[in-house]
Amino acid sequence: MAEIAANTSTTSDTAKLWYPKRYKTLALILLAIVLLALLVASIKIGSREVSWEEVLAAFSGNVDDIGTGSVAKRIPRTMLAVLAGAALAVSGAVMQGVTRNPLADPGILGINMGATLAVVIGIAFFGLSAAISYIWVAIIGAAITAVMVYAIASLGHGGATPIKLALAGTATSVALVSFITAVTLPRNDIAENVRSWQIGGVGGATMDGIIAVVPFLLAGFLICLICASKLNMLALGDELAAGLGERVAIARGVSALGAVLLCGAATAITGPIGFVGLIVPHACRLLTGADHRWLIPFSAVSGAIHLVAADVLGRIIARPAELDVAIITALIGAPFFIYIVRKQKVRSL
Amino acid sequence: MSRKLIGVKTAGADDASSKTEAITTIGSAGIINAVGINNTADAHIATAKKLTRIFVRSGFRRRLLLGLFTVLIIIGFITSLMFGHTFYSIDEIIRVIMGEKVPGASFTVGTLRLPRAVLAVIAGFCFGLSGAAFQTMLRNPLASPDIIGISAGASAAAVFAIVVFSLSSAAVSLFAVVSGLAVAMIVYLLSYRRGVEGSRLILIGIGVAAMLDSVTTYLMSQAAQWDLQEAMRWLTGSLNGTTWNQVVPVLIALVVCGTVLLSQAKNLSLSQLGDDAATALGVRVNRTRLLVILSAVGLISFATAAAGPVAFVAFLSGPIALRIFKSDGSNLIPAAMVGALLMLVADFLGQYAFGIRYPVGVLTGVLGAPYLIYLIVRTNRGKGGA
Repeated sequence: MAEIAANTSTTSDTAKLWYPKRYKTLALILLAIVLLALLVASIKIGSREVSWEEVLAAFSGNVDDIGTGSVAKRIPRTMLAVLAGAALAVSGAVMQGVTRNPLADPGILGINMGATLAVVIGIAFFGLSAAISYIWVAIIGAAITAVMVYAIASLGHGGATPIKLALAGTATSVALVSFITAVTLPRNDIAENVRSWQIGGVGGATMDGIIAVVPFLLAGFLICLICASKLNMLALGDELAAGLGERVAIARGVSALGAVLLCGAATAITGPIGFVGLIVPHACRLLTGADHRWLIPFSAVSGAIHLVAADVLGRIIARPAELDVAIITALIGAPFFIYIVRKQKVRSL
Repeated sequence: MSRKLIGVKTAGADDASSKTEAITTIGSAGIINAVGINNTADAHIATAKKLTRIFVRSGFRRRLLLGLFTVLIIIGFITSLMFGHTFYSIDEIIRVIMGEKVPGASFTVGTLRLPRAVLAVIAGFCFGLSGAAFQTMLRNPLASPDIIGISAGASAAAVFAIVVFSLSSAAVSLFAVVSGLAVAMIVYLLSYRRGVEGSRLILIGIGVAAMLDSVTTYLMSQAAQWDLQEAMRWLTGSLNGTTWNQVVPVLIALVVCGTVLLSQAKNLSLSQLGDDAATALGVRVNRTRLLVILSAVGLISFATAAAGPVAFVAFLSGPIALRIFKSDGSNLIPAAMVGALLMLVADFLGQYAFGIRYPVGVLTGVLGAPYLIYLIVRTNRGKGGA
């Protein structure tokens, strides 16, 4: 039953599977140019106005007044927005492929919350303080939550339908938030620390944190890219994929591992950011069709664009204060989510 | 042939359900594998079984259990009045309730513990009723109003009222109720497309909840330190410092909305069979749905306004009641009783069982996690309908 639903939802995409290659390449290059422009904007725009000279001076390592100082603070922040945006978007694209479910997203599935709880427990009970140690803990938390949510959603008739997956994710999130409160409530010393991290933003980025997380992200991206053609097979349905010689369980497990690596590592540094993994892959499918070999690179670039733009927007709207990116992505993403739900004929219960 | 016989037997003898059910499932699975058709016959048997459950209330067992739960709630209520940092004997408590002046006890029991315990029971009733109504109507054990955005709407509004306007608690309640209803209406309208389909309503509710939660997060990040404490306390769901002023509106809501909801109990149970079957049996599906939504949202909004969005009480009460009462008759009243008991026990444990005082919402939320795991384990053992 679930397969039929998934297949009907992808048939319209399959028709568009063969866009000419050069259009796709051109579109990718255009997106890269947009990203570059946004990077410049992200470094130039902020609560303090800086001149172009100060930007250049900061890049040549000359940090001695407030102007160049604030530029120097914006550089790691921009880098983190690029990395986290790309990671979350690719993670969402792969999760949608693995679960063959249009609503899969690390935020909606509660996987971000799992990573958060793991980090909070790490801070409270094991005295973690370095970004590098957050990462391992967050990835383990994300993996456990992913398995658990998927298991809950697969219960009953029809397997993991979109609606069951979304409900299981939300319910799990509520439970996890209670645990987070239970851990932080008696500990005033860490409560503030946890709360600011829990909102999810890129404002507190440091070079050390970024360097620590890059290997994990690279590994995740590589796994996802290698699995791209396997995900195309899975989209045909389990029986057909197996008939074509694909080892379905292994393909699914390895791809899921890549997705969990990406979102766990990104969450460790930024805190939970939702909806990037939902809306970016959907928007990209309009350009690429259902072919994951194109969808994944497109999602990476567009995810970076989305998060950098959201970060810049957050600095402009609330000037001189800032809005954290997670708030902006939710405010943009939730209406989009509702739009997808309305447009799609979601399978009834 | 044999399968049909078993099916009829199950429909007749409701009490021996679990064993026979297992046999039916095994039997039918085998036959379906062998023959490959017969799905429709299966569906008929399932419908017949559900119908028997709705119409033939196996009265004795149900009444016994309801009595047992009433006793448990009374015991829980009295316990939470008696025990605490100082112990008061039962006749001191009775004298306080009768309105006599008892030194010490009048304040501790009369002003602190009594409103708190009463609110725990009433709010528990509201949460349980409202949760079970939504779960029954949407035919999904995970689709309770706290998951699909209604509590999130009330929360965002309350935090807004606390942080931006620094309003008093009565005004905060009003805000929460109005916006709970508004959010329910928005979700209903957004999911309207040639009728409201349950699954679409749930998903849109989740989306709206996510957006409202981010508004709440933003407001909290802007809050001043003293407002923050108040808002945090409210958000986790807590009965600390309950006064009679908070209890009265919830009680009125329980009486009014509860009556409306219970008047629809049989229609609601019938609509579980699916819209077509229910219409055929004379249920006006859309009218029932609207009445149920309005009254359930009213219940949960008022309770949330007084006690905060106590996590998972609405979510857990229905399924727990269903396990215990084995779905004889409507699940609404059993769920209400389970909700009240949950609130009493969680609040009492939260206050005294640990070194630190946890608000009731933390405890109930943590209780939700083992329930989710239990769902997995149970379904892996046998294919029960989750």
